[in-house]
Formats: sequence, structure tokens, C-alpha cells
Amino acid sequence: MIRVVLPSHLRVLAQINGEVSLDVAGPVTQRTVLDALEARYPVLRGTIRGHDSGPRRAFIRFFACEQDLSHEQPDDPLPAAVVAGTEPYLIVGAMAGG
Amino acid sequence: MTGVRVLAGTRKGAFVLTSDGGRDRWEVSGPHFAGWEVYHVKGSPADPDRLYASQCSGWSGQVIQRSDDGGQTWVAAGNQFAYDGAPGTHQWYDGTPHPWEFERVWHLEPAQDDPDTVWAGVEDAGLFRSRDGGQSWHEMPALRGHKSGPLWQPGAGGMCLHTILLDQSAPGRMFAAISAAGAFRSDDDGQTWRPINQGLQSEGIPDPDAEVGHCVHRLAMHPSRPSVLFMQKHWDVMRSDNAGESWREISGNLPTDFGFPIDVHAHEPDTVYVVPITSDAEHFPPEGKLRVYRSRSGGDDWEPLTRGLPQENCYVNVLRDAMAVDSMDECGVYFGTTGGQVYASPDSGDTWAPIVRDLPAVLSVEVQTLP
Repeated sequence: MIRVVLPSHLRVLAQINGEVSLDVAGPVTQRTVLDALEARYPVLRGTIRGHDSGPRRAFIRFFACEQDLSHEQPDDPLPAAVVAGTEPYLIVGAMAGG
Repeated sequence: MTGVRVLAGTRKGAFVLTSDGGRDRWEVSGPHFAGWEVYHVKGSPADPDRLYASQCSGWSGQVIQRSDDGGQTWVAAGNQFAYDGAPGTHQWYDGTPHPWEFERVWHLEPAQDDPDTVWAGVEDAGLFRSRDGGQSWHEMPALRGHKSGPLWQPGAGGMCLHTILLDQSAPGRMFAAISAAGAFRSDDDGQTWRPINQGLQSEGIPDPDAEVGHCVHRLAMHPSRPSVLFMQKHWDVMRSDNAGESWREISGNLPTDFGFPIDVHAHEPDTVYVVPITSDAEHFPPEGKLRVYRSRSGGDDWEPLTRGLPQENCYVNVLRDAMAVDSMDECGVYFGTTGGQVYASPDSGDTWAPIVRDLPAVLSVEVQTLP
């Protein structure tokens, strides 16, 4: 299972407590993880990336295994530890104040 | 009528304030959508329990929320706002072409006769409509596509379509206002539009006959007399007696004619309210005294309303969508401040008291008179 951690404002929006565990079929990439996340929580469509698998929103970042994956290609494979479920995939609101 | 429900949008969530007809004791619920900016919340005239809210954040963009129980519970509706066709460009602050980019919904205007139909005014300025309770949104492209569109420029707060007025006596007639493009009118339910800015004079626009470019802050109309419009412009309070064909200034004896909101008494079409603000650089009341000004003659002659409002050391602002009136027998008037206060007057503005004092900065105030 893929573990996903959302920022608090999106957990509130999607009424999620704690981490999300997703079963992702096929290659585990940022795109397939976000597709699975949005399929389970349609309210998140458009809040992390553009609709229809569009680009990452400017003030959202993707981290995993102490790496910033925000600028990686969406179809690149995620780190093995994320695929194995030992490390979470982090969706982070940029430190933009407010 | 059993009472009122005040809908306050703030920088960090929405609040629902309810009271009986006395309007002196209030129940406060919220924050709804805590942590998100809520630009506007408004109820459907056709079903007072149907509410729409515009929720947004710099991180995650726009969400439209809908309630079917008067704001007790909410469901997220659609949030896809795509401009019709190739968006084209408007002018950027420096005068260069800039592509239209959707930022947020500033104003929601539910239809009079159908709770599932609602209009949305957005930044960058465009007009959208949903006919399925906010699930899907479609642009009414004629407004943004007006030939003057490439000349529109954002005001300091962004290029927002902030006012939508529906004329209930003339099917198809509606008004919209954009900062900083001006006022527009449609007579065919939004299929075509034309600017209605004749008579506006704006510092910073060299051509006194400029068709667009005026920073209109707010329009108001009494439903029984929809050909009379009132306008708070960046500077100047204006009036039109012919549905916007021409305007004349009615600032009269106001201490300053800069401000944001303007509204009309529920039962007296010539009683108008504004909140004068010192200047475009000093967004707070003159002399630190928070005063609503009321004209009972349709403009020109204004009286300050101060009882219950702070008359020293007050340096808040009142934003354009943050004033509303109820339609109880004695008209109630409400406004919210950037300091987080929501004030209510149950007697047409003669006396005021805060409903709440310490909310996040108030972006919008609407009120429903409950059956």
C-alpha cells in the first residue's frame, strides 16, 4: 500500500484523518498515486494539480525519502521505499505564509 | 418572518450568525472551511436553506461549497472554471498584454427562481453560470469577449468581477461590474454586453469619455426600482436613473467619496448607505471614526451614523461585498470589517452593535431574512 500524507487544509477539505493508504495498480509514479488519490477523494481534483492530471499547482510540493520530487517527471517511478510502504509520499503546502 | 441569518466570509473561514427578529441576540457557528479564504457566501432566494460559498487558498485554488440546510452541513461542489475558448489577453499593470488566468470566485449570485442556478463573478474578470447546483460551471463568454476586453486592467486587488445584479422586473437584464474595467449591462441574460460608464470621471484615465478602465468598487440597486443604480467608485459615489446609460455624481457632503461598499434600504429605494474611507492610500475611516453615511434623498445629502460604532482609534476597512440589508419590517443593516467585527443595526442604521468582534478579516457579508 502506498502511504500518502496531505497538508492539513486538504485533510479538512476531504475529511481525512491521518494518512491515506492507496492500492496503486501498475507502476507507482506521482501520476498514478495522484490519480488513485483523486479517484478516492474527488473533492481533491484541482487542488493539488490541474484538472485531468494537469500540472502541479505552484504552491504545492511533493516530497519523499528526504527528497524534493516536485520537479521530477510525473511518470518517473517513485522511490522503492514509497512503493514498499515504508516511507510516505508527502504532499506539502509550500511555506508561503498566510 | 422569523429571523435573520448573516453569512460572513473571512480570510480564514466562513461564519453563520443567526438571530430572531429582535436581532439583539446571536448564535455564531463557524469557522466553516477553517483556514481557507472565503470570499463570498450567499443564499438562494428560491430556497433559503440552499447556500453557496466560494472557498479558496493560494495553495489549492478554488472550491465551491453548497449547503442544503442553511449552513449546518456543506458539500464540495464543482471547482473547474475554464474560460471559453482561447482566453486571449488583457492588459497587465504595466500595460503589456497578459493572458487571462482564473484565480478565484469573488461573488456568487443565485438566481431568483431556481436554487440550482447560480452566477459566479471571477478573477481574472469573467462571468460563469452553473445550472446544476454548482457541480459544473460554464463561462458566459460574451462579457470577457467584449471588444474592450483586451484593454481591461486589474485594480490593486486583482481584475475581479465583483458585482452581479439581476433585474427581476426585466427578464434577461443584468448588470456586472469589474475592477478596473467598469460597469456593464446585458439585456439578454448575458448573451451580449455593453459598457455603461458614461459620466464616470476617473483620475488616471486621460480620456474623459473612456468607455472602460474605471475602477468601479460596487453597484447597488433596489429591486422595486431597477432602473436606478448606485455606484461606489474608487473615488466618487454615483447614481444612474436610466439603468446605467449615464451617471451623475452624488457624493455631496460626504467627508470623502472613496470607499468600497454601497447598499440600498430594503423598503426605501432612495435610502442609500456608504462607508467613507480616507483615501486610496489610507484604507481606514477618516479621523479614526467608523461612520456609516446614509442618504435618504437618493444621494447628495448624507448624514453620519455613529451610535454604537467606534469613534476613536478605529483603522479598519470595509470591503466591497461586506455590507448587506435584511427585509424585516424595520430594515436591518450589516457590515463587516477587516478588523473582524460584524456590526448590525436593527433600525435602518440609527444604532449599531457588534454581533462578533474578533473574527478574521471580513471579506463579505450577506443576510437572509428567514420566512
